Formats: sequence, C-alpha cells, structure tokens
Amino acid sequence: MIRVVLPQHLRTLAHLDGEVELAVEGQATQRSVLDALEACYPMLRGTIRDHVTQRRRPFVRFFACAQDLSHESPDAPLPDPVVTGGEPFLVVGAMAGG
Amino acid sequence: MSGVRVLVGTRKGAFILTADGTRQRWDVSGPHFAGWEIYHLKGSPADPSRLYASQTSGWFGQVIQRSNDAGKTWESVDNKFAYDGVPGTHQWYDGTQHPWEFKRVWHLEPSLTDPDTVFAGVEDAALFRSADGGHTWQELPALRGAKGHLWQPGAGGMCLHTILLDPSHPDRIFVAISAAGAFRSDDAGRTWRPVNCGLKAPSELPDRNAEVGHCVHRIAMHPSRPDVLFMQKHWDVMRSDNAGDSWQEVSGNLPSDFGFPIDVHAHEPETIYVVPIKSDSEHYPPEGKLRVYRSRTGGCEWEALTKGLPQRDCYVNVLRDAMAVDSLDSCGVYFGTTGGQVYASADAGDSWAPIVRDLPAVLSVEVQTLT
Repeated sequence: MIRVVLPQHLRTLAHLDGEVELAVEGQATQRSVLDALEACYPMLRGTIRDHVTQRRRPFVRFFACAQDLSHESPDAPLPDPVVTGGEPFLVVGAMAGG
Repeated sequence: MSGVRVLVGTRKGAFILTADGTRQRWDVSGPHFAGWEIYHLKGSPADPSRLYASQTSGWFGQVIQRSNDAGKTWESVDNKFAYDGVPGTHQWYDGTQHPWEFKRVWHLEPSLTDPDTVFAGVEDAALFRSADGGHTWQELPALRGAKGHLWQPGAGGMCLHTILLDPSHPDRIFVAISAAGAFRSDDAGRTWRPVNCGLKAPSELPDRNAEVGHCVHRIAMHPSRPDVLFMQKHWDVMRSDNAGDSWQEVSGNLPSDFGFPIDVHAHEPETIYVVPIKSDSEHYPPEGKLRVYRSRTGGCEWEALTKGLPQRDCYVNVLRDAMAVDSLDSCGVYFGTTGGQVYASADAGDSWAPIVRDLPAVLSVEVQTLT
C-alpha cells in the first residue's frame, strides 16, 4: 500500500482524519498515485493538478524520502520506500503565507 | 413566523447569520470551509434550503459546495470549469493579447424556478451553467464571442461578477464583467450583445464610443421592473430604462461616484442604495465616514444614511457583491466590509447596526427572506 499525506485543507475537503493508504496497480508514479487518489476521493480532482492539463498546481509540491519530487516527471517511478509503504508521499501546500 | 438568513462569504470562510422577522437578535454559524476564500454563496429562490457556495484557494483551486438543508451540511459537487473549445485570448493590462485561463468562480446565480439549475460567473470572464445541481458545468461560449478579444482585466482580475435573470422574460439574462461591460442575451444565452451605449470612460478607454472594455462594478434590478437597470461603474452611477440599450448618468450629488455595490429597495423600485468610495486608487469612504447613500428618485438626488455607521476614522471598503436587501416590511438592507463588519438596517437604511463585527474581510453578502 502507498501512503499519501495530504495538507489539512484537502483532508477536510475529503473528510479524512489521517493519511490515505492506496493500492496502486502497475508502476507507482506520481500520476498513478494521484489517479488512484482521485478515484477514491473525487472531490480532490482539480485541487492538486489541473483538470485539463493534469499539471501540478503551481502552489502544490510533492515531497518524499526527504526529497522534493515536484519537478520530476509525473511518470517517473517513485522511490522504493514509498512503493513499499515505508515512507509516505507528501502533498504539500507551498509555504506562501495566507 | 418570518425570518432572515444572511449568507456571508469572507476571505477565510463562510458564515450564516439568522434572525427572526424582528431582525433584533442574530445567531452566527461558521466558519464553514474555514481558511478558504468564499467569493459567493447564494440560495435558490425556488427552494430556499438549496444553497450553492464558491470555495476557492490560491493553493488548491476551485471547489463548488452545495447544501440541501440551508447550510447545516454540505457536499462538494463538480469543480471542472472547462472553456468550450480553444479559449483564445483577451487583452492584457498592457494591451497585448493573453490566453484565457480559469481562475475562480466569482458569482453563483441559481435559477428563479429550478433549484438544480445554476449559473456561475467566472474569472477569466465566462458564464457557465449547470442543470443538474452542480454535478456538471457547461460554458455558454457565445458570450466570449461578443468581442472577447477586447476585454481586459480590472485590478481584481477579469471577472464575470453580475448575473441578473429577468423574471418577466425567462430567456433574458444580463451579465457584467470587469473590464468588459454589460451584456444581454434574449435567448437563454445562445447569443449575446454588449449593452454599454452611454457609458463613458475617457481616462481608461481611448475610444470614446467603445462598445466593450468598460469597468462595470455591479448592476441591480427590481424584479417588478426588469427593464430598469441601475449600475455602479468604476466611476459613475448609471441608469437604463430600456434593458441596457442606453444608459444615463444619475450620480447627482454623491460625494464620489466611484464605488462597488448597488442595490434596489425590495418594495420601492425607484429607491436605490450605493456606498461611495473615495477613488479608484483610494478604496475607502470619503473623509473616513462610512455612508450609504439612498436615492428615492431612481438616482440624481441622494441622501446620506449615517445613523449607526462610523463617522470618523473608517477606512474599510464594501465590495461589489457585499450588499443585499430582504423583502420584509420594512425592507432590510445589509452590507459587509473589508474590515469584517456586517451592518444591517431594518428600516430601509434610516438606521444601522453591526450584526457581526469581527469576521475576516467580507467578499459577499446575500439575504434570504424566509416565510
């Protein structure tokens, strides 16, 4: 299972208390994880990546294993500790006040 | 027992204020959608328990919320606002062309007759419609064909902020856009034409007779006389007696004719309200005095309404969607400020009191009269 940690506003929107565990078929990538996440929680569509272009929203970033994966290809394999569930995939709101 | 429900959108959530028909004691619920910008929420005239809310964030984009129980519980519905076809370009601040990009929903206008039909005015300016309670949205793309390449953003963005549905002509819709102007459809949105004849903007538009490009801030209509429209423009308060075909200035003796909201008394179609703001570069009341101005003559002759409003050191703004009226007798008038106060008058503006005073900056105020 892949563990995903969402920022507070998206947890509230999806009615979630803690992290999400997702079964992802095939290779685990940003795209496949987000596809699985949005399939389980359709209210998150459009909040992490654009509906039409599927690009990451500008004020959202992806971290895992102490690395910033935001600028990796959405089809690049995720690190092994994320794939095995040892480390979570973090969806993070940019540090921009508000 | 009659009552009033005031729907308040703020920079950090939505609040719902309720009172009985005396409008003396108010209960406040919220924040709903805490931490999100709530540009607008509005109830269905056909089913007052059906509410729609525009929830938006610079981080996470647009969400549309729907309630079937007057705001006690909410469900998110579809948030996909995809322009029809290739969106094209509009004019940018510097006069160059810029691609159309969806940013947020500014205004939601439920149908007068069907709770599942609702219109959404968005930035970059376009009009969308849902006929299934917000589960899917379709653009009415002919609007952007009305010289959309010449539309330009105002300081707040290129937003479609006003949607008026004509109760006497079910296929007639008015919309207003900053900075494009007012537009009318007489066939339920299939075709549109600009209705800006008579608007002047010598400082902002090089063409004195420009058909589009006008920075309309708000339009109001009384449902009993839908051909009579009142407009607060960037500068100038205007009036049309022919459904927008032509406009005349009715700023009269206002201390400033810059402002954002305008509204009409529920029972007196010639009684209108504005909140003058000092200028386009100083968005606060003249002289630090928060004054609503009322005209009982459909414009030109205005009286200051000050009782209960701060008359010194007040530097808040009142945004375009932040004024509304109830239809009790006598008419209640409400407005919210960027300082977080919501003021109400239960006597048509003669006296005012804050019904809540420390909210986040208020973006919108709507009122439901409950019977």
